[in-house]
Amino acid sequence: MSHFARRMRYVVKRLLQAIPIVIAIVVLNFFLLQLAEGDAVDVLAGEAGSATPEYMAELRAKFGLDQPLPVQLAIYLKNVVVFDLGYSFRHEMPVSELILDRVVPTLLLMVSTIMLAVGFGIVLGLIAAISLNTWRDTAISIFALITYATPLFWVGLMLIVVFSLNLGWFPTSGMENFAMFYEGWDRVWDIAHHLVLPTITLSLFYLALYTRLMRASMLEQAGQDYVTTARAKGVTENRIMFVHVLRNALLPVVTMAGVQVGALIGGSVIVESVFAWPGLGMLAFEALFARDLNLLLGIFLLSALLVVAVNLVVDLIYSSLDPRIEVS
Amino acid sequence: MTFWKLFIRNRGAVVGLGILALITLMAASASLFYPEDPFSLAGQPMSPPGENGFLLGSDSLGRDVAAGIAHGAKTSLLIGLMATIVAVVVGIVMGALAGYYGGAIDNLLMRLTEMFQTIPSFVFAILLVAIMKPSIESIVIAIAVVSWPAVARLVRGEFLSLRNREFVQACHTLGMSDIRIMLGEILPNCLSPIIVIGSLMVATAILIESGLAFLGLGDPNIMSWGFQIGAGRTLLRSAWWVCTFPGIAILLTVLAINLVGEGMNDALNPRLRERT
Repeated sequence: MSHFARRMRYVVKRLLQAIPIVIAIVVLNFFLLQLAEGDAVDVLAGEAGSATPEYMAELRAKFGLDQPLPVQLAIYLKNVVVFDLGYSFRHEMPVSELILDRVVPTLLLMVSTIMLAVGFGIVLGLIAAISLNTWRDTAISIFALITYATPLFWVGLMLIVVFSLNLGWFPTSGMENFAMFYEGWDRVWDIAHHLVLPTITLSLFYLALYTRLMRASMLEQAGQDYVTTARAKGVTENRIMFVHVLRNALLPVVTMAGVQVGALIGGSVIVESVFAWPGLGMLAFEALFARDLNLLLGIFLLSALLVVAVNLVVDLIYSSLDPRIEVS
Repeated sequence: MTFWKLFIRNRGAVVGLGILALITLMAASASLFYPEDPFSLAGQPMSPPGENGFLLGSDSLGRDVAAGIAHGAKTSLLIGLMATIVAVVVGIVMGALAGYYGGAIDNLLMRLTEMFQTIPSFVFAILLVAIMKPSIESIVIAIAVVSWPAVARLVRGEFLSLRNREFVQACHTLGMSDIRIMLGEILPNCLSPIIVIGSLMVATAILIESGLAFLGLGDPNIMSWGFQIGAGRTLLRSAWWVCTFPGIAILLTVLAINLVGEGMNDALNPRLRERT
């Protein structure tokens, strides 16, 4: 089989594996919706102030809410397929539209966080591993231990106190300064300026994780047979560490980056609500306050789908980095 | 060497145990030192630390931050422990059944844990608490629901590797019931990793609880550190102390539990001990 055909087969296999998980998540979402007391019609009637029982029954029939549960589930599945996630009565907008509006800021925050956390995590883990049991190693380990135990929202607030309120280096909240009507590069610069503190906050926890992982991974690889072989060949220690060991040690870090995306979305709810970053997390926070369950469920569904998608992409990257994976 | 001797070889673990003991003491004696309701007005609002008789200052409603921290310690430890116990029990039952019997149960469990690993757990916990209405019970349930799959996977792995060992086969020939073999013979042999994962889970549970309370999903009748920080965030400019001290309390507690958990891991897993 040609290399390309094998790759395509792997991609298709992974895609098919993702389908049952997506369906399970949608069904779970449906049952959570059922668990919540009151349905969309109750909300609607409550908003209107007065509604006769006849009118409510008519509305239920219109939305299919008087049907038996399996039928409702089928309707829900069909709606999700066409990305109809219901209506947010608080915002008077379809949930899907509201969510799509907020995806880009969240992705921006997540991508910059992953880059910062993975990048610095790799560097710190590498430094800790090559200077094993020295003060550098100890300092990095203590730093990782402390950041691992710090609540994200508290770090965010403390960064605001120090860098925004006292030093005035960074804005306290938001994604851009609308009052300035920036355009082009000025706007990019403005957004980047707003992005600094949320990114640092969100990446701290994962930085700790990647640092520890990278350190452990480097140490594990350093004990492998190929290192002994390289040493026997007379390869310099620096070359062994930075060329042979480093490349192999990076693999688990890449996989971990994918596994942690779910946790990253959870963290972004907190960080976005601390910094009023206008993404999905902030929307979830607003939905919580407004008791807008429909919207909350929509965000939950989309974030779960996002995790599936990212895991898929990471698996594909991983398999091209390490061809042994495709075989197993 | 005994467990205790191995444990105290890890200096970090001893420090962690000391901090944890102090926090537990603080939680236990909260009503002694601060008999008043921590929600009640205790004096001049917005007092800085050390002034007007407030050790750690007061917030905009004149609530004593120190009293809140002392009472919040109870909440954090209680919720962390309860959620972990529920998650560990559920995880053991599911993992044991899947690992011992294999087949369809195992398959189902693996799919289920896979789904749970995909779902963003904190968002799921938010959703569960929002649907069930915030209360101690709903928070414990939500944290347990997002935490049990990790235990189940671990227990399943241990059961899978132990179920064909000779001592288990001997039990079969003796005619022991499956339940007795699982609970009386296999489970005691995989307790150490369960204890380790459980102790680390308490720390995660406390972090989740504080995050939920920060977002306004705490039990409205119970003081908690996350609630204090959430309530104080609007005062950042004028009263930094309202947010700062409860956060340090969370940090110290979680750090202490993590250190103790790692110490237990070192002491209980002899194979890992000599590793650097």
